[in-house]
Amino acid sequence: MSVTDTTTSASAPTEDAEEAARYRRDRRMKVARWMLPSLVLVVTVLAWHLYVTLWEVPHYILPGPVLVAQSLIEDWGLLYPALLITGRLTLLALLFAVIGGVTLAVAFTQSKWAEMSFFPYAVILQVTPVVAIAPLLQIYVENAFVAALLCAWIVAFFPILSNTTIGLKSTDHNLEDLFTIYGATRWQRLRYLAAPSALPYFLGGLKIAGGLALIGAVVAEFVIGRAGTGLGLASTLLEASYRFNFGRLYAALIMISCMGVVIFAVMSLISYLALFRWHESALKRE
Amino acid sequence: MPAARAPLAERETLLQMSHVEKTFRGDIVALKDMNLQVNDGDFISLLGPSGCGKSTALRLISGLMTPTSGNIRWTGGQGNGDLGVVFQEPTLMPWARVVDNVYLPFRLRGTPYSEVKDDVLEALKLVGLEKFQRSFPRELSGGMKMRVAIARAMVTKPRLILMDEPFAALDEITRHKLNNDLLALREAIGCTVIFVTHSVFESVFLSDRIVVMAARPGRVIRELTVDAPYPRDEEFRTSADYAGFCRQASDALHQAIGEAA
Repeated sequence: MSVTDTTTSASAPTEDAEEAARYRRDRRMKVARWMLPSLVLVVTVLAWHLYVTLWEVPHYILPGPVLVAQSLIEDWGLLYPALLITGRLTLLALLFAVIGGVTLAVAFTQSKWAEMSFFPYAVILQVTPVVAIAPLLQIYVENAFVAALLCAWIVAFFPILSNTTIGLKSTDHNLEDLFTIYGATRWQRLRYLAAPSALPYFLGGLKIAGGLALIGAVVAEFVIGRAGTGLGLASTLLEASYRFNFGRLYAALIMISCMGVVIFAVMSLISYLALFRWHESALKRE
Repeated sequence: MPAARAPLAERETLLQMSHVEKTFRGDIVALKDMNLQVNDGDFISLLGPSGCGKSTALRLISGLMTPTSGNIRWTGGQGNGDLGVVFQEPTLMPWARVVDNVYLPFRLRGTPYSEVKDDVLEALKLVGLEKFQRSFPRELSGGMKMRVAIARAMVTKPRLILMDEPFAALDEITRHKLNNDLLALREAIGCTVIFVTHSVFESVFLSDRIVVMAARPGRVIRELTVDAPYPRDEEFRTSADYAGFCRQASDALHQAIGEAA
């Protein structure tokens, strides 16, 4: 569908001029999409730097961007392994969330009894704040990494479970009838009808779960990593705050944010690649 | 009349509905005492206002519902699997390419694609979509989607195809074109069709028998024979015979609506 620009069409009634204007506008938008946020970033960092230097803000209140960059480089030997640990924690939690969420969703849709029996408890697990559960996990699970993993998993799995369940149930009724008429087995119905119908919903859940897995991992490290086990980025951040090492704190914080952004970007890419051929959500209006 | 199809009176019985009734929730009578004999090679239209039970009749025949009383006897020989269906919506799988949509009936039977590739491509060719086999449904127009649905219904060469107002959502021009093509297809594969519609013109153009139904309760009130030879073309659409049959069917339909009101 074309967007009609009334100002251009009024002055230049030929379609070509209008199309050319539209093309120019599209290109401008394309450049602006990258340029504007980059500009905001540069201006912000500059303002931050000027504020810190001109007002001589002490580094334990607000470290300047130079100090943060310095910490990022000097402490890389400490931050990088922490990044790997937090990354592994987050991805494993997400992986298990996918396995657990999808398995439960399939079980729920295959058996009404299973759903009625267990769905309320899945909800209870979800609504109980994970910060309240984490200390318990630390007591019952000896391995700190496993305890943290469980903690992150609890947070991440629910959106996958609930989205996939809705998706598996949202099959086209006429297609259901068609499968019945052609004598489809339960497995065929799941494989060729329910699973593809659920895919967009599952991918939506995955996007949310990716962010939540990271939040779960950070919370777990805050609570469980405190015991001096020296887990990932979040415990490094916490430790840095105890030592008033604010350069390192900000460096760790930035790395956590970047990780969140990367996870979101990867999930969006997966979603796009899986859906762009057929699903409405991935259609570009032209 | 082509030699492939026997004259109306001499056709073999394919399906027999005797005193079929369907009641919902104990008191809503969707279909009352329906008797219908479907013979091999028939093109039968079920014509009537909404709520007359024509769709219910199709669901009963396809086995999606069981009748409250009476019985439906399939005497076609090969059992219930020998059935093709077209709904009012194209009902394609949006995630599957055209060719995979048409292959579906075979896939659900467990037949590998390599064995039926020729049948699938032939069906697509018959509906004029062989060039679009790699397309996704969203890339096709409404009429083309419906053609895919028709190709899917006939790819297994079923003896009976059930169509539930398949062209109701299409524009007039596309609808005429598809009506013509449907008749050509039927000549090509020689199947029996039960066609649900609320259009008098469509039913007269397509069928050799029209079953007129009335609502509340859904029931058959008249059966008409359209005694005009196939193949039928645009010339038939403008002939005096056609106009006469349309008047008959229209009168019967008005009677159906009048009785219901």
